[in-house]
Amino acid sequence: MSIETRNVHGVTILDIQGRITIGEESALIRNTIRGLVQSGKKNLLMNLADVRTVDSTGIGELVSSYSHVADQGGALKLLHLTKRTRELLAITKLLTVFDTFEDETRAVASFA
Amino acid sequence: MSFGSNIQFVDLVQEISQSITRMAGFDDEASHWICLSVREAVTNAIQHGNQQDESKKVGVRFRIDRRRLLIAVSDQGPGFDESSLPDPLDSGNLLNPSGRGVFFVHTFMDDVTYHNLPQGGFEVTMEKRLKHTT
Repeated sequence: MSIETRNVHGVTILDIQGRITIGEESALIRNTIRGLVQSGKKNLLMNLADVRTVDSTGIGELVSSYSHVADQGGALKLLHLTKRTRELLAITKLLTVFDTFEDETRAVASFA
Repeated sequence: MSFGSNIQFVDLVQEISQSITRMAGFDDEASHWICLSVREAVTNAIQHGNQQDESKKVGVRFRIDRRRLLIAVSDQGPGFDESSLPDPLDSGNLLNPSGRGVFFVHTFMDDVTYHNLPQGGFEVTMEKRLKHTT
């Protein structure tokens, strides 16, 4: 799993490749998000286009990250959900919690 | 197969599950969700059943017949009462960071049963019916 970050108009986009599952992958998400928030980057957009597998621990990590960023006065939103990730968020009712986008420009603009 | 309660084995079980679901004739989509269910059951057995005590074993058995794939995951823990688990869909629980594994197993498998083993320990049995039998 890898995470690359880039800045677009004040929004930090995390391009995530691989999977978000129990173990090192979830820890990497957690540490990356907390590091960004600590450095003052609180408008975060997770690009999940290349995430092929998410398990319940991974869903938990997304929820935990969402809450942490919100608690620090920021926002965490999701971009380019795969069909499978969208299905998991739908059945867990988390699509009612997360703001999700299919268009990066619109997603970035939503933070303004 | 049987292994110690270390989370590193979860990936191995998932890979084996993938081969078996393909062999049984499930398509990619069905295979993905079955393997996720196995992953969740094994994770629960390691983390909650055996409390990550590596001296305690987790067992996984697969059985394929003409109608279905049966997967049994056992641990050496005391088991749990499913009715005592918080509902992950309750609005007050949506932001809980955990508690969705059992829910996923029930969502993606056709039948799920739990029982205490006579020799001690706990087992979850999951069934997925083959499409041509439904």
